[in-house]
Amino acid sequence: METLERVTKIMINLNIHKEFHFIYLLIKGVVMSHPYLGLTQEEINSMLMEMGIEKIEELYRDIPSKFFLKRPLQYSQPMSEEEVRQHIKKILSKNKVANQIKLFIGGGAWFHLIPSAVKEIVRRSEFLTSYTPYQPEVSQGMLQALFEYQSLMAELLDIEVVNSSMYDWATALGEAFRMVSRVTKRSKILYPQYISPERLKVAETYTEPTNIMMVEYIQNRIDGSVDLEDLKKKIDQDTAAVYIEYPSYLGFIPLNIREVGEIAHDHKALFIIGVDPTALGVFESPGKLGADIVVGEGQPLGMPVNFGGPLLGIMGCRMERELVHQLPGRLIGMTVTHKGERAYTMILQAREQHIKREKATSNICTNQALCALTAAVYLSLLGKNGIRILGEQILARTKYLISRLSKIVEVEAPLFKSIHFKEFTYRVVNKQSREVLRRLFEKNIVGGISIDGMFRDVGDAILTCVTEIHSKEDLDYYVDSLKEVVER
Amino acid sequence: MSYRQAKWSEPTVFELARHGAVGVDFPELDEELKQALDEVLNEIPEQLKRRELNFLELSELDVVRHYTRLSQMNFGVFSGMYPLGSCTMKYNPTISEEVVSYEEIYNCHPLQPVETVQGCLEIIWRLEQILKEITGMSRFSFQPAAGAQGEFLGCLIIRAYHKDKGLDYKNVMIVPDSAHGTNPASATMAGYEVKVVKSDEDGCVNISELEKIVDKRVAGIMLTNPNTLGLFEKNIEKIVDIIHSVDGLLYYDGANLNALLGKVRPADMGFDIVHLNLHKTFSTPHGGGGPGSGPVGVIDKLVDYLPSPLINYDESRNFYYLDYDRPKSIGRMKMFYGNFTVLVKAYVYLLRMGGEGLRKVAESSVLSSNYLLHKVKKLQGVTLPYAPESYRKHEFVVSLSKLYKETGVSARDVAKRLLDYGFHAPTIYFPLIVDEAFMIEPTESESKREIDAFYDALSSVINESYKDPEKVKTAPHNTSIGRIDEVRASHPKTMIPSWRVYVTRRERL
Repeated sequence: METLERVTKIMINLNIHKEFHFIYLLIKGVVMSHPYLGLTQEEINSMLMEMGIEKIEELYRDIPSKFFLKRPLQYSQPMSEEEVRQHIKKILSKNKVANQIKLFIGGGAWFHLIPSAVKEIVRRSEFLTSYTPYQPEVSQGMLQALFEYQSLMAELLDIEVVNSSMYDWATALGEAFRMVSRVTKRSKILYPQYISPERLKVAETYTEPTNIMMVEYIQNRIDGSVDLEDLKKKIDQDTAAVYIEYPSYLGFIPLNIREVGEIAHDHKALFIIGVDPTALGVFESPGKLGADIVVGEGQPLGMPVNFGGPLLGIMGCRMERELVHQLPGRLIGMTVTHKGERAYTMILQAREQHIKREKATSNICTNQALCALTAAVYLSLLGKNGIRILGEQILARTKYLISRLSKIVEVEAPLFKSIHFKEFTYRVVNKQSREVLRRLFEKNIVGGISIDGMFRDVGDAILTCVTEIHSKEDLDYYVDSLKEVVER
Repeated sequence: MSYRQAKWSEPTVFELARHGAVGVDFPELDEELKQALDEVLNEIPEQLKRRELNFLELSELDVVRHYTRLSQMNFGVFSGMYPLGSCTMKYNPTISEEVVSYEEIYNCHPLQPVETVQGCLEIIWRLEQILKEITGMSRFSFQPAAGAQGEFLGCLIIRAYHKDKGLDYKNVMIVPDSAHGTNPASATMAGYEVKVVKSDEDGCVNISELEKIVDKRVAGIMLTNPNTLGLFEKNIEKIVDIIHSVDGLLYYDGANLNALLGKVRPADMGFDIVHLNLHKTFSTPHGGGGPGSGPVGVIDKLVDYLPSPLINYDESRNFYYLDYDRPKSIGRMKMFYGNFTVLVKAYVYLLRMGGEGLRKVAESSVLSSNYLLHKVKKLQGVTLPYAPESYRKHEFVVSLSKLYKETGVSARDVAKRLLDYGFHAPTIYFPLIVDEAFMIEPTESESKREIDAFYDALSSVINESYKDPEKVKTAPHNTSIGRIDEVRASHPKTMIPSWRVYVTRRERL
């Protein structure tokens, strides 16, 4: 390699590299070229010459020499495309996925059917390889698609304004807690007992540097509905918001959700509802239930689980000045060109970090735009009927699996006497959840998540998830396998 | 170079939708499932049933055609050169998209038993080893979904460290006036008071100014190096000493690491925390705004504060596992383990380049940038503020204020007119310390031919600005639409953030 470089240098110094172009290219090919690098050695030389410098190193002369790494980075030689492919495949062969095991887990990321058309659109390079649409005239496609995402989501949630994405439900929640505190200038936030433990942790991280105080309110252990007396006891003049999850982390629908919102509003607190959007073709919209702010997880709308990311944070609010101006994240608006043509552009940027810096509503810049596009395509394909049918498909399977499991004598299912959507809890009498899950796994079933120790009055139980990806045979196999586990 | 972007007068999906069209079908429910459904539908209280949903249906072709047309009205790196300064819009290898379409990735659930996700964990672990080598840091967290979230995390780590050491009174974060807007915003989110340190005439942090504002309340400084002017902070050693002398920490904003890959490592310069933008430096596509990934690396003494879980490797058992047993951790930034597919794509890119290839990436990007600057600074109306004799790194910032004074044509106008030539515009009006700022980052992906073509286009636009300024001021002319009424777009009376707001406004008219 060094010899080749030396030869190249000599040729350049003698200015004969053009005469020996073929040999030169051969050398250059060995020394410098890579499919992802734009410049050929010849181009490099001519650029250096034009600038009147001898080598690239001169461009680094302002850096104190002590800082230079005196050795090459040591991790690997460049791999060819095929080598990378084989390398990754070999590593990934250690995974076990749906083609080898039956998975019944959710808990924040969910398996759903993804129409082929969604994948086709989302891979289009014009979307995929573009940056944030800072130049709207040349980015109308992404801008209109994001506007449609905001609009479709606004219809589904029944709320006027939805931003063009947060990182995930959990970070949207953290931002929502900070937002309500800014809007109301109050510091207390009430959250439900059966909140997702991971979302709670993220919300704690987000609020830790603030004066926000998070207080849990009780949910009824029988059916998961909110203990309204407890809520009334805890809500006061300093309460910025009441938050509820719908469906809850444990899959049940909090049946008195409407009353919760009314209590919040009676105390001039804001009402935040966290949603799984796939439930909203069947269940009443958060807007109609009184939500001022909605957060949620958009991953089920056309995105694979991808080992947990990327996800899609949903965040929206009512069209009120004090809310919209405190909403974090990018917003796309419909407007017109100076000639009066319909057009789309980023709006209310004065809330954002690149304009407002330390006074911004949030630091968010890069978001999950491509995921928002995915959700827009997915929702467009489903339409009103599709969303309802999707909800029914999930509802039917959830109900069916619960009914069948509940008929096993040793099984208590579900642990909450409510309506469940997509997820539910159950336990096997005298058997630890981890033991049950281990035994199910021997039958190639990942039967759910152990929630042992997560919630103080639920105790040891399993959180199981079913969606439209599960066939009736899958559900029956689950039931039969659990029967065997129980009987053994 | 002539260019005409596609222009479809494409209605919204709301206008295209038709009652009863079918875009997707579901497997028919069999009898028992139907029964279960009827049963549960009866159980749902009336007041919790969805009453109305205001959008109709489209066929599969309706949808595919609609979004294909929209894509044709969008410009990406695959369409043309995208010299958007500070965004490192390099080529995004197609192999990455292929790899993340493997079922072992897309169908792998984050909460599966750990023995069934060894492959995913191994990829993250291996990526971490490479990033450690590139930056000199001790450990990385991959939770942050973007650079800004990485900054927020970095600030939380600084906060936790000082609390732990009994230095709770530290509540000031220093940020240069040339910094990205996310820096002050992130510091504020983490509870810090932001103090701005001015740049000196060389475009670097003014050391005497820094010495003046640093006192025991200072928790740290957030620096981009090379900075947003494309200049290496030549006094970095001095800055490190000043900040460390008051027990402050140095945060490295990795947005501009591209220039230093394989040459200089943040840890060796004295930085304590770093975030990397995988969607910039390591070539994962930016997706029109995201998803990105902003992993955060720290030196030894800060490892305990990283979010949980970390991914560890037990060599004796050849087993990867999630470590939650970390009592000093700042907690959790995000669900699960970060934007996993973005991590995979960055890993693929790093393998393709190899350690030696990364050094070439840095050098080529710096060469291209200085070569372009060498030509651009000679153009009429263009000036190079701050240290005109110094070489820039991977990007540079020129000022068009002379052009503006002489012709009335602004940086924005020039940017818009460049679109007509088939180039994405550079970053404009940033950093804030340059009037009519024009920030150009060609990246190592572009050939000399393409860079020259960009120069020619810019040169033509400047010529036009002197000869026919109206043409430039009214640009763009060749894009899907002409210039937008930005004031109307954000005005409270005319703002339309969603279709339902549009419908309400239309009805009122």
